Amino acid sequence: MTKDDCKQVVLDIIADIAPDEDLSNVKPDVRLRDQLQLDSMDFLDIVMELRKRHGIEVPEADYQRLASLDSCAEYLTPKFTALGK
Amino acid sequence: MSLSTARIVITGVGLTAPNGDSLAEFRHHLLTGVAGISRMEIRYMGPQLAGVCHYDPLRHQKKKEVRVGTRAGSISIYCAREALADSGLNWEAVAKDRTGIYIGCTEHGNVETENEIYNISKFNYDTKFWSHYHNPRTVANNPAGETSLNLGVTGPCYTIGAACAAGNMGLVHAAQMLRLGEVDLAICGGVSESIHTFGIFAGFKSQNALATHADPAKASRPFDLARNGIVISEGGCLYTLERLDDARRRGAKIYAEIAGWHVNSDASDYVLPNPTRQAECIRAALARSRLAPRDIHLVNTHATATPLGDIQECEAIRAVFGEGCPDTSINNTKSFIGHCMGAAGALELAGNLPSFDDLVVHPTINVDRLDPQCALPGLVLNQPRQVAKVDTILNNSFGMLGINSTLIVRRFVP
Repeated sequence: MTKDDCKQVVLDIIADIAPDEDLSNVKPDVRLRDQLQLDSMDFLDIVMELRKRHGIEVPEADYQRLASLDSCAEYLTPKFTALGK
Repeated sequence: MSLSTARIVITGVGLTAPNGDSLAEFRHHLLTGVAGISRMEIRYMGPQLAGVCHYDPLRHQKKKEVRVGTRAGSISIYCAREALADSGLNWEAVAKDRTGIYIGCTEHGNVETENEIYNISKFNYDTKFWSHYHNPRTVANNPAGETSLNLGVTGPCYTIGAACAAGNMGLVHAAQMLRLGEVDLAICGGVSESIHTFGIFAGFKSQNALATHADPAKASRPFDLARNGIVISEGGCLYTLERLDDARRRGAKIYAEIAGWHVNSDASDYVLPNPTRQAECIRAALARSRLAPRDIHLVNTHATATPLGDIQECEAIRAVFGEGCPDTSINNTKSFIGHCMGAAGALELAGNLPSFDDLVVHPTINVDRLDPQCALPGLVLNQPRQVAKVDTILNNSFGMLGINSTLIVRRFVP
């Protein structure tokens, strides 16, 4: 899975958990919470959906790694690779 | 006038019922014989008779609110917003910290808990897949809390658990809080999301109290000799209640005045009604209202179409109203919409409020053969009845564990 694929995985999850948001112009280097209406429960949703859909675990200590699309890709791509995806 | 004796009036109505999403549509269908029962797929049980509401959740909620919240919360928000719009209140100017939300519920949390158990069953019952939304979804105050979030109400917002007496209880509690001076505006009534939990259906089925019928529209048949149980429905009805002085100051439209109420308990059985206590409840409500039985022009019954329960309520009504009340009509709204559980009392009152204006009593439908034990004088069967006078409505709502509520409203006369 490429980093762009990984960003799309996260965007697909956000589309489901924040269905009122316009995701057409999300800036990859800007914190998601600074450009979208996302609260702490929504971030737990992202963690839950990564677990449910992709079998990926994100420990609480690493939540900050999900701050932006770029940081998500940095953090998650090796995890997908490790799972053979 | 002191607050403790302040006159309390209904100034707005918002509702969703299986046969209507506004008072006008609901009333029209009650007068034209349109029921709202259909078949719905219930988890583990297959198609079951149910009353399903068809309001548009996105009329007053964002998609995310609908996704995160509960059906009961969504119904509450819809009803509250519609009631406020109907009331003519300038919502922007209303003191949110002086507003209370009091919502009656039969139960809350079954739907959400069942959904989570079903969810983790897909993950070998590993609880790490249990939703972090479970607790805010299942706390008992959820429907009122979600409504407070949507409306920005910062006064007291909570639910009142009173089984199927809860709809009346929302109004009763609101009237009490207005008279105590706790709030200046109350948004109150009852809601139910119970059709989304298989447990309610399975429980009534195990109790042999779940209705069956080939024709869904004829399934809910209180007082009919062939009645065979309850049709479970969802729904909601919330009112705006105000002290009369406040309502008049702003020139509000007034639907009715709260005349009186009573709430008591059977203390006799988990599920079986107690007609003696029901009669005591009705009499006490009349006494508080300073009305005699003959002064009541419309009695809306609680009857749910269980073989025994209907007879017992008729026994209670007969004990109070006897044969000497020629101006008293009696009807039942569940014959159209099934049993809306926590919403029942509030919805059934709403369906009858327009009688103050049109002097028509909506009927109890689906009575092909009247059970002789339910043959009350004044029972309005199958067709609406034009009457000479409707100045008072008495609304019964009773619930499991023996909680009884009677609410009386009167035509507003300045």
